[in-house]
Amino acid sequence: MSENEAVDSEDQVEDTQKGKFLTFCLGTEFYGIEIKYVTEIIGLQPITEIPEMPEYIKGIINLRGKIIPLMDVRLRFRKPFREYNDRTCIVVIDIRETPIGLIVDSVSEVISISDEEIVSPPSLNKERNKYIRGIGKVGNEVKLLLDSGKLLTDLETENLENI
Amino acid sequence: MTDQYHNEPMLELFIFESMQLIEQMEQLIIANEKFESYDSDAINEIFRIMHTIKGSSAMMLFNNISTLAHSMEDVFFVLREDKPKNIDSSQLSDLVLEGIDFIKVEIAKIRNGDEAEGDAAALIESLRVFHATIKAQNYTVSDQEMKDTATSKGYSAHKKQQYYISKVRTEPQSYSNSFQASLFFEEDCGMENLRAFGVVNDLGDLVKEYYHIPADLDHEDSAEVIQEQGFTLFFKTDRSLEEIHRTLGQTIYLKDLQLTQVKNSEPFDDLHEERKILLNDSAKISVSSSREGITNDQKESYSSASQQSIISVSVAKLDQLMDLVGEMVIAEAMVTQNPDLKGLELNNFEKAARQLRKITSELQDTVMSVRMVPLTGTFQKMNRTVRDMCKKLNKDVRLELIGQETEVDKNIIEHISDPLMHLIRNSIDHGIEMPSDREMKGKPRWGTITLEAKNAGGDVLIIIRDDGGGFNKAKIMSKAREKGLLQVPEDEITDNEIYNLVFLPGFSTNETVTEYSGRGVGMDVVVKNIEAVGGAITADSVPGKGTTLTLKIPLTLAIIDGMNIKVGDSRYTIPTTAIKESFRPKTADIIVDPDDNEMIMVRGQCFPILCLHERYHVNTLVTNFADGIIIMVEQDDQTLCIFADELIGQQQVVVKSLPAYIKHTKKVTGLAGCTLLGDGSISLILDIAGLFSVKKTG
Repeated sequence: MSENEAVDSEDQVEDTQKGKFLTFCLGTEFYGIEIKYVTEIIGLQPITEIPEMPEYIKGIINLRGKIIPLMDVRLRFRKPFREYNDRTCIVVIDIRETPIGLIVDSVSEVISISDEEIVSPPSLNKERNKYIRGIGKVGNEVKLLLDSGKLLTDLETENLENI
Repeated sequence: MTDQYHNEPMLELFIFESMQLIEQMEQLIIANEKFESYDSDAINEIFRIMHTIKGSSAMMLFNNISTLAHSMEDVFFVLREDKPKNIDSSQLSDLVLEGIDFIKVEIAKIRNGDEAEGDAAALIESLRVFHATIKAQNYTVSDQEMKDTATSKGYSAHKKQQYYISKVRTEPQSYSNSFQASLFFEEDCGMENLRAFGVVNDLGDLVKEYYHIPADLDHEDSAEVIQEQGFTLFFKTDRSLEEIHRTLGQTIYLKDLQLTQVKNSEPFDDLHEERKILLNDSAKISVSSSREGITNDQKESYSSASQQSIISVSVAKLDQLMDLVGEMVIAEAMVTQNPDLKGLELNNFEKAARQLRKITSELQDTVMSVRMVPLTGTFQKMNRTVRDMCKKLNKDVRLELIGQETEVDKNIIEHISDPLMHLIRNSIDHGIEMPSDREMKGKPRWGTITLEAKNAGGDVLIIIRDDGGGFNKAKIMSKAREKGLLQVPEDEITDNEIYNLVFLPGFSTNETVTEYSGRGVGMDVVVKNIEAVGGAITADSVPGKGTTLTLKIPLTLAIIDGMNIKVGDSRYTIPTTAIKESFRPKTADIIVDPDDNEMIMVRGQCFPILCLHERYHVNTLVTNFADGIIIMVEQDDQTLCIFADELIGQQQVVVKSLPAYIKHTKKVTGLAGCTLLGDGSISLILDIAGLFSVKKTG
């Protein structure tokens, strides 16, 4: 009984967030991430490096007592590293109870993209598109919509290959 | 641990409560088995536990548990009510322990989200047989008792004026048993007459002929009568006493229940003659004294249970509290040591800050103490292990427990329970000799295993001592040779080193693999478990006299005393317990071998150096040994010199684990976790044991 209600209210919360994306930019491209994953956006903080980590894992930060790992999305997508500046943001997302901070060039806005405006990415080059869930059309621009789960999980398979 | 508990709260509560009850019961049984008889307190307690488990498992629809608990309850009901003599207590203990094991397994299945589908039919059958046996044995005794009761009953019934209602007037004699039941309800339950009617209704199918005092339940006045004098019910049935007792016992708001069997038809006959309206005379119904005693006992045990002022809190919540307190300690430091305050003369602020610091440190200590649990439970569990092993192997072993009140962090307790059990099994299986062998050696027939816990600084020592045959050095050596486990030349090896060979993976000296030990996987699993909580294990043995195994485990994992050091921009924390000394090295003492391994001579001894900046690729300006500092650390008789830029200071740190994502990505050797420093920055905690392996492979 109460369980059903809980599910209902969860559905409603998801409904209000459905189709909304937080967009951020890396260089010239705009990326979107589903708003339901986003916990908060914070400015750059002092980072503690962890040794022996892949290059794109920048280290950990202390977010009000919680230790959160940071991933530089630029490096994750094998783009060249760019010095952090005052526009650089950390988007804290929470995927399957795992919090992680994404370092991005800058955050732009929250936009709604309806399902009809989203097309699946062209499958010519599989290697490049593995983190992209779809391409959203907003006016004349396109936003690359991230598959947040893949950002995390893909890494494990990658590691296995390294071994 | 807590990750497994995604069940609904009800289920979680059921699992928790049942496990607790079962463990309590197990201890009771083992304690009583030693005296080879069950005292009435224990029987009452076990009966109560089985009753509770039956009820709650039936409610949760785990029918196999509930039926098993039901038959166990039946047995203890007979024990409680009839007090049979000459029961085979060891058979009883076996049966009940088997039942307990079954319930344990089922609960474990439920916890893991599996269907509790185990079939207890065989067990229930043997319980039923046992039940019948003791029942038959006791027949003569209870019959006599019954007669006595009946006589007194008949006598008192004469003096009363009662009302009689009969449902079926014909053939009252056809039902074998007649009972008298007196029910007293809770004082403030209200509507006593309706409740009494409910009782009659409940019995409806079981009894064929009944009458009750007061008779007229429709009238409101009868509520007062019941409240004052209780509700008395006479009835005939072909059911047994315990069945009726159970049915009546389920009445809600029941305060007291007295159920007595009366001799066939006597009171009924009397009442046939005296069908008169009951007046409010206060005839007290006499009951057999033994029964009175039992009800009192029951009441006592109920009240003692309700007075218990202990609540159970999930470990996850405690961890959260711990985190919060840790944060508060940091926040406190951030306020009181705020750079903005530098150079200001603030007397009142200083005073207030001191007060705050005192309270936060007290709070931290309290939260820590909440997580501390005495080892009693873990130690008590071993009684069962010893008992089962002795039965199986026909050995006679006594377990002595010393210092079981020693408190250890909850997380650690969870980790050491299995290793302890394994070590004790090993001791009984391999260590303690057969009773006849022992007599030949001039030792007492029974072996003794002593399990002792004591505090030693920041550690707890758990010592397992047996007076068995001790390790066989020659056997260990030949085995080690055979398996190629020897790393030291044979003529140089010390006794201690030989004994500690048994902890290596793949080592087992027992020729025959038994059910309990000897697969050779045990010992190194034990060692791994102990090491997982930062502990260590050592063995010592005197041939012919016995073996002593010592587990050294840390008091807590959550807070450690640490020395903070700096390398470049990174900070690291070394557990203070591992640090031997720190000093500024002289260039002259540094030796570099052809493989570029750096070493340092200290007081004539040579130690390897580990440069943290090289190891972890940290950029630092301090690369020259003379500019930095060396910290000498020791773990498990190995010594290593860590080179860092500078020491920052010593403080108590709250250990936090690295984020799951980082751990998934790669397990960094040499890092045990991280902690927050006073200024809010993060420091990485070094795992000294891990650093040694880094040094070896790197």
